[in-house]
Amino acid sequence: MAKKLMKGSEAIGEAAVQAGCHLFFGYPITPQNEIPEYMSMRLPQVGGTFVQAESEVAASNMLYGAAGSGERVMTSSSSPGVSLMAEAISYLAGAELPVVIVNIMRAGPGLGGILPSQGDYFQATKGMAHGDFRLLVLAPWSVQEAADLVQDAFDLADYYRNPVLVLGDGLIGQMMEPVEFREGRLPIKPLEAKTWAATGNDGSKPRSVINSLFLDPEALERHNVHLKEKYDRMVRDEVRFQSYGLDRDYDVLIVAYGTVARVCSTAIDELAASGVHVGMVRPVTLFPFPYQAVREAAARASSVLVVELSTGQMIEDVRLALANSKPIHFLNRMGGMLVSPDAVVDKIRAMADGRSTEVVHA
Amino acid sequence: MPETVFSRPEALRDVTTHYCPGCTHGTIHRLIAEVIDELGVRERTVGVAPVGCSVLAYNYFETDFHEASHGRAPAVATGIKRARPDLVVFSYQGDGDLASIGMAEIIHCANRGEKVTVVFVNNAIYGMTGGQMAPTTMPGQVATTCPLGRDVDHAGHPIRIAELLSTLRTPAFVARASVHTPLLAVNAKEMLRRAFSLQIEGRCFSLVEVLSTCPTNWGIPPAEATRWLEKTMLPYYPLGVFKTPESGSREPRPLDRGVR
Repeated sequence: MAKKLMKGSEAIGEAAVQAGCHLFFGYPITPQNEIPEYMSMRLPQVGGTFVQAESEVAASNMLYGAAGSGERVMTSSSSPGVSLMAEAISYLAGAELPVVIVNIMRAGPGLGGILPSQGDYFQATKGMAHGDFRLLVLAPWSVQEAADLVQDAFDLADYYRNPVLVLGDGLIGQMMEPVEFREGRLPIKPLEAKTWAATGNDGSKPRSVINSLFLDPEALERHNVHLKEKYDRMVRDEVRFQSYGLDRDYDVLIVAYGTVARVCSTAIDELAASGVHVGMVRPVTLFPFPYQAVREAAARASSVLVVELSTGQMIEDVRLALANSKPIHFLNRMGGMLVSPDAVVDKIRAMADGRSTEVVHA
Repeated sequence: MPETVFSRPEALRDVTTHYCPGCTHGTIHRLIAEVIDELGVRERTVGVAPVGCSVLAYNYFETDFHEASHGRAPAVATGIKRARPDLVVFSYQGDGDLASIGMAEIIHCANRGEKVTVVFVNNAIYGMTGGQMAPTTMPGQVATTCPLGRDVDHAGHPIRIAELLSTLRTPAFVARASVHTPLLAVNAKEMLRRAFSLQIEGRCFSLVEVLSTCPTNWGIPPAEATRWLEKTMLPYYPLGVFKTPESGSREPRPLDRGVR
């Protein structure tokens, strides 16, 4: 298929359709409205169904019903809306239902603003909601990668029977770039028929009950152990990252994800032109986090720079990776303000001549 | 040859329920199961039971089931039916669930005209959590969170769901039944049959509210609970059909003569 100029939000919607998702439940919230708008136009063309729910709470529970029926299903929202979905996401994880959720992050806390942010890193990777569960979290840095990751997300969700979160920001959703959908794309995982789905008790399979309730503590612990083993397999098999500029010697290693990493790559190219080489590890999966890749790349650097659109949430994972072996510096903007390539260049120069101070850890 | 004249419906599993003595959940379960059997749809029926006394209903019906979070069964049912329109989908919800935390979901499910059937069991109290005040608790009725009785100046009057939903244009069928006498149970079954039949015919949303006793949390013996339901609940929650596919929108009536 030829490359097509598409807005990130529309590419995300089209990628879902290409992945066989014919059901979308959503609720309006800026800056991701183009995704439900695209789906409301596109799904009827492929015999699918779009429902505008009365709230994110309802949309996420519609996801539960549709996924429990064995169909591929997606929703999208932005930060405050994802908070409203959190309860259902816990139920989805508990009942082991495969769904894809897209969070186009906006700045917070509270109602915050509608411009890009990375303030939901903790929510996505550490504590989405009550109970003991994990989501696979995929963070694209381009429209093409957003489209690719959305398609992969459906395969991963089905394979692990777990919700998969695609974590973008307002930039990914709004910018236009050429994107290509590969024809004849094959699933990235071996997928089995969903015999567990509740599609009617006609005697062809055991009765299906979609459920996260285990009143017997021994049974619930067995379920927790089963889920833990699944999360361990994700950690073992699903780590994704991109290395940038690691083929040269470098003094500073940048760790950044999403569109911020894109900004950093521009700064790295500019610095290289002036003879300063900087490396970068860009986590593509935020859970599982590429601890080993960050550790190994940092071993060759004298210091590490974390760049984020937040108060510094990913720093905690970088710190875990480094185990205090390297000084960590931090560059950020918040509130919907963006980090510019110039700011990254200035920060790297400040680190070189001692004007930048190390992050103070609690 | 001996002839079987009464047996457990196929749609009901041969298990002991956790329901308290004198509670009518068991009767309502049986009526639903009989209707499912008689309509011949057991093999393509999927139930949804959210948090509340009925949260374990998936153990009692011989159909596929979804357990749902508190109040969200109409949204889950929407997801199931939109994903698989060939399935017969019903939710089974209590009054704390449907009329309090799940009010948004039930109104919008009804108003979208989802092709699902809702069985709404109203026993005027929170049962599973131990007898707290519900939106349906009667004025003056004692509950653990209104120990002096429901004060309508403080908590408002009980919500009448059948009346409320029948103001919507879309729903196909809204009715209220009770099962505290055999005759009323037969009527309730006919309402349930109508509700399921309309869904099977592809008509939209149907809901049957069923009044129920809760001797445990009302703090009175079962026989007395039946009398209490009759004396206290029936006058406020009248039985009957509130909306049919034929009835359109409600026209406002003019002010009575003499009112200025």
